[in-house]
Amino acid sequence: MSKIILIGANHKTAPVELREKLSFTAEETVAALEKLKNDEDIKESLVFSTCNRTEILYIPETGEQVERIIEFISQHKQVDKSEFKDNLYILEGEDAILHLFKVASSLDSMVVGEPQILGQIKEAYRVAVANNASGVLLNRLMHKSFSVAKKVRKETGIGDNAVSISYAAIELANKIFSDLSQKSVMLLGAGEMAELAVEHLISHNVKQIVVANRTFKNAVDLAEKFKGKAVKFEERESALAEVDIIISSTGATDYVMTRDLVKRAMKKRNHNTLFFIDIAVPRDIDPKINSISNAYVYDIDDLKNIVESNMEQRGKETVKAQRFIEEAVVKFRKWEESLSVVPTIKALNDKMTSIVDIECKKTLSGLKHLDPGDIEAIKRMTQAIASRTIHDPILFLRNTGDHRDDSLYLNVTRQLFNLDIPDDK
Amino acid sequence: MNLQFADVVLQITTALYFLSMTGYLMFLFNQKPVYQKAAFYLISSAIVCHFASMVIYTVAKGHVPIHNLPQSLSMAAFAVGCMFWVFHFKYDLKILGVFASILLSAIMLAVLMLPDAPVEKNAVLKGFWFYSHIALVFAGEAALALACGAGILYLLQEKGIKTKNPGFFFKRLPSLDLLDNVGYTCLTTGFALLTIGLVAGFIYAKTIWGKFWSWDPKEVASVGTWVVYAALLHLRLYSGWRGRKSAVMTIIGFLIIIFTFLGVNMLIGGHHQEFTR
Repeated sequence: MSKIILIGANHKTAPVELREKLSFTAEETVAALEKLKNDEDIKESLVFSTCNRTEILYIPETGEQVERIIEFISQHKQVDKSEFKDNLYILEGEDAILHLFKVASSLDSMVVGEPQILGQIKEAYRVAVANNASGVLLNRLMHKSFSVAKKVRKETGIGDNAVSISYAAIELANKIFSDLSQKSVMLLGAGEMAELAVEHLISHNVKQIVVANRTFKNAVDLAEKFKGKAVKFEERESALAEVDIIISSTGATDYVMTRDLVKRAMKKRNHNTLFFIDIAVPRDIDPKINSISNAYVYDIDDLKNIVESNMEQRGKETVKAQRFIEEAVVKFRKWEESLSVVPTIKALNDKMTSIVDIECKKTLSGLKHLDPGDIEAIKRMTQAIASRTIHDPILFLRNTGDHRDDSLYLNVTRQLFNLDIPDDK
Repeated sequence: MNLQFADVVLQITTALYFLSMTGYLMFLFNQKPVYQKAAFYLISSAIVCHFASMVIYTVAKGHVPIHNLPQSLSMAAFAVGCMFWVFHFKYDLKILGVFASILLSAIMLAVLMLPDAPVEKNAVLKGFWFYSHIALVFAGEAALALACGAGILYLLQEKGIKTKNPGFFFKRLPSLDLLDNVGYTCLTTGFALLTIGLVAGFIYAKTIWGKFWSWDPKEVASVGTWVVYAALLHLRLYSGWRGRKSAVMTIIGFLIIIFTFLGVNMLIGGHHQEFTR
């Protein structure tokens, strides 16, 4: 039987510098798949690489070929084997399947439950299929991983809770405002933190971005980057009339937004809701602003608290997800086992025998005048027809090896004769 | 078509409201869309049954069932049901069904428990202005009841966000903006209907008693309620009383309505009294 093997390194086993060295770009992935495809000892392969992991999933023709794959990575990425060998995990069979399902369901992610991973895996699979690198086994395995990931997402709360600061902030914004695309954002401070926060918001298509900074030039630069508007730092009070979300990350030692200032601004904006996100340390936004009605202030500690309580919730859901995954592994193994020669031939024989039995019974029940000898002869003849019909296909299936992909033919046979054990999608 | 049949249909209606409430509560805890769908179908069929029972009663007795307290309450519940239905489609605010179905179940339980006072046909209670007055006031108060519901949901959500402790309701309730909008629309709709309804009442009074205003306690209380809501709308539009303050006011306003609806007649009396006997 074919072995499914997975070799990889992720954020748990390798530091970021090493992961960077091992990661495959889109072009490198295609080139790698091309090489693996032409390798006579590798039957099927798939390369999956994100910033948190690089994994190669493959099915060897013979043996395990682990050394070969490690050598391959080393050559392909120009990294010496000794540098990364200890950081690799090498999983086989059930362990490999389990790991893949966990990755797809986002249980193995750095931020457990984050939704991007499934899309990335689907993309890796698409590339493998487009390059003819994957085959019957991996195709089935990947499809199973998508369906189990979907089930985990749908039936556990694993993706429900924001477990990163910026997700938590956006989730809050979504519970305060009904439509973020109608809201404007002001950045106080033009540093790296501000930029990061806004990149997340941009993906939510806010109406406008206003940047205020003490060094006006930096404000202009950042505003240009996000197609926004720059204002002078002193203009921040009047700018409050037009924005709804304020993200502050200045290096100021004093509050840059005080309660009185916001109270004045609130009147001008007819008390429409303001949401302050203060990611600066020391804080920029006076926490007392939170007591003004329709103003909400969250500083970095508040956001961290929310993230932590969400993490706890997520832990409980993980147990449930684990169960779904284990079920899926068992199912896949069952299918895999059915792909060996003997069960397929047996299933084929059984099917033919049952067809012959049913048809004989139907016909003979209408032919009452036949004597037992005739009946016996007819029965033997129909059985002979059936077994002669499948004789050649069975011979073909028995004749394994020969550098051909047995699982492919077994799979085709099972599909042609509809022999598959029922399998819920 | 007889009265017993109308009663049976009304009991079925109540059962459907309770089933719908169960469905909405399950949805609140479990968040499975199928519960919400089932609950919505249940509440819709309850409203249809409710209407049927009132039609059967009207055909059998020759007048609309608003002659004693259970009948008035039942009519009020029907109005809330219809309003909920309209707003459900306008805003797709599924969670408001939790409030509506609890309110409806509670009212209907009261309707079935209260003794059915004997009803005398009153020749005065008819005509275009009378029915307009009844229909508009009930519809208006139903909309204001939903405004109160939206207000309660707003306060629940707002408390979690303000105290930085998003809990049970955070995921389950929509955004503050949306809740505030729904409350505002319910409020303006209710206020407009109530205003026209009161005017219709005055005209009706003029045609029957020859004067618009007779210092009936219910008249005074109703106009008082109207003034409270008018003040709230004014504050909202010109002094920025939106969000939390507005939500608190809609709840207070609805409590005043309940007092006007039940309390005034029971405690003080007046020519509206017989409707709530």
